[in-house]
Amino acid sequence: MTTEQRQFTASMRFLHWLMAAMVLTMLGIGVAMVASIAGYHRLVSIHRPLGILILILVVIRFVNRRFSTLPPFPASMSSQERLVASASELLLYTLLFVQPLVGWGMLSAARYPIVLFGSLHLPPILPHSVMLYAVLRRTHTVLAYLLFLTFIAHFGAVLFHTLVVRDGMFSRMAPWRVRAS
Amino acid sequence: MPSDSTSSPKEQPAPLTSGSTLARLGGIGIVLLSVAGAFLYLGGWFTPNALTPPRFADAFERVDGIYSGFRRNHAKGVCVSGFFEGNGQGTRLSKAAVFRTGRVRVVGRFSLSGGDPYVADAPDTVRGLGLLFWLPDGEEWRTAMINLPVFPVNTPQGFFDRLVATQPDPKTHKPDPEKMAAFLASHPETVQAIKIIKSHAVSSGFDNSMYDGLNAFRFVDAGGTSIPVRWSMVPVQPFEAATTTGTAQGDKNYLFYALIASILQHPLQWHLIIALGQPDDRTDDASVAWPDGREQVDVGTLTLDSVESEETSRARDINFDPLVLPAGITPSDDPLLSARSAVYSQSFTRRAGEKKEPSAITPSDVRK
Repeated sequence: MTTEQRQFTASMRFLHWLMAAMVLTMLGIGVAMVASIAGYHRLVSIHRPLGILILILVVIRFVNRRFSTLPPFPASMSSQERLVASASELLLYTLLFVQPLVGWGMLSAARYPIVLFGSLHLPPILPHSVMLYAVLRRTHTVLAYLLFLTFIAHFGAVLFHTLVVRDGMFSRMAPWRVRAS
Repeated sequence: MPSDSTSSPKEQPAPLTSGSTLARLGGIGIVLLSVAGAFLYLGGWFTPNALTPPRFADAFERVDGIYSGFRRNHAKGVCVSGFFEGNGQGTRLSKAAVFRTGRVRVVGRFSLSGGDPYVADAPDTVRGLGLLFWLPDGEEWRTAMINLPVFPVNTPQGFFDRLVATQPDPKTHKPDPEKMAAFLASHPETVQAIKIIKSHAVSSGFDNSMYDGLNAFRFVDAGGTSIPVRWSMVPVQPFEAATTTGTAQGDKNYLFYALIASILQHPLQWHLIIALGQPDDRTDDASVAWPDGREQVDVGTLTLDSVESEETSRARDINFDPLVLPAGITPSDDPLLSARSAVYSQSFTRRAGEKKEPSAITPSDVRK
């Protein structure tokens, strides 16, 4: 029996929820560590490898998306709404890709070693320049807040569609399988 | 669960009453605000009086002023380079590659404590030595040491309160002795530490000073066994007691000039001595020394054979963060370590974007 695809594929949903947890953790760690004295070192030690893991996952996720069939938008969405949804998705992908690169780049420009764990470390990707570091460090903060606001908008839109419009928006990305009748 | 109501896209759910719509919208608003609130809470927005790295850096700036492009503490300095030659004795204690037999390149920076980069040299001003070791496999070890046998405080709050107590009074332009007295009255560990510090004679220059890593760390060997350690750089140059001649002659940079003359004459050397702690030695209190008689291991020799002004050296743009450690060295439970890392990073970020003013020790000074 062939029914119309209602959900994102299982791999897309898995990557979505895995990254949602990681990115929210990352935003929390990031904003906490810059205000932290006692926890600073421990938080930074998690922040660096987690950021690189997110960079790797977002690339996998982007490729996976290119080769997957997507479910259609709910019929309730106007063409403008669809445009906004697609644009915000693109913005999220871009931020998730650029933010770890800015982090890696700013540590490179400051000549901090980019230690993942133990003796495993990454090479610098930019020349040693503290002026460049200063710009990237500020950019990292701005992108973090932008990422957080984009997340809030995304979360809010899904809640609105699911609870007020009630068009089943959430079920498209639900972690469990939603059967089409 | 929304799945039932969406079993078919054509099937419209029964319309919500306007009250129900409002309630749902309100619920959504509360959820979003809670998430945003949690985010701001983590960022310290609701605890404006908590001790944070920016508040630490602000305190340094209030006490010493802001000097564009300079470190917020240990602002006055010169840069050096050379190498460290491990003798292999450290490999049984730590798997860090720096302890194997052989040479690794080193850059460093000698400094005087305080946020004024043009301060007049004085024998009692705390001297610092920051070092960066480039390990063969691309790892790094950074350490920032000073010429005190113990640290005057043992918590970040203690450091902060002591710093604030040294803030010059706006009228007299001098620290208020009553504030320092009040600080000492509530910090017996500082009184004790100052006694130990005063009992050690200060050497005549940077070149014959001992530099101490201050905090305890842990060495991890190849088998995963970890032991508490403290380290110090012990000078090969013979000890000579400090005099105040330089200051008396009004030569503001006499300590730095003597260091430059000395290093241009012959390479300067220090032995890296590791003190091995016993299981019940305190590793979380930098204000107390370990008991006498702890095993000391000489793990190699530091040779510094070149000196440069900050203006031409890459060491100016390096943060000597004491928690940049190779595999084989890990932090202890000393609360000052994470605080140092956090505050150094804040100082580095602030100065990184500022215009770089000339250092007290200029490129022509190091060519004399």
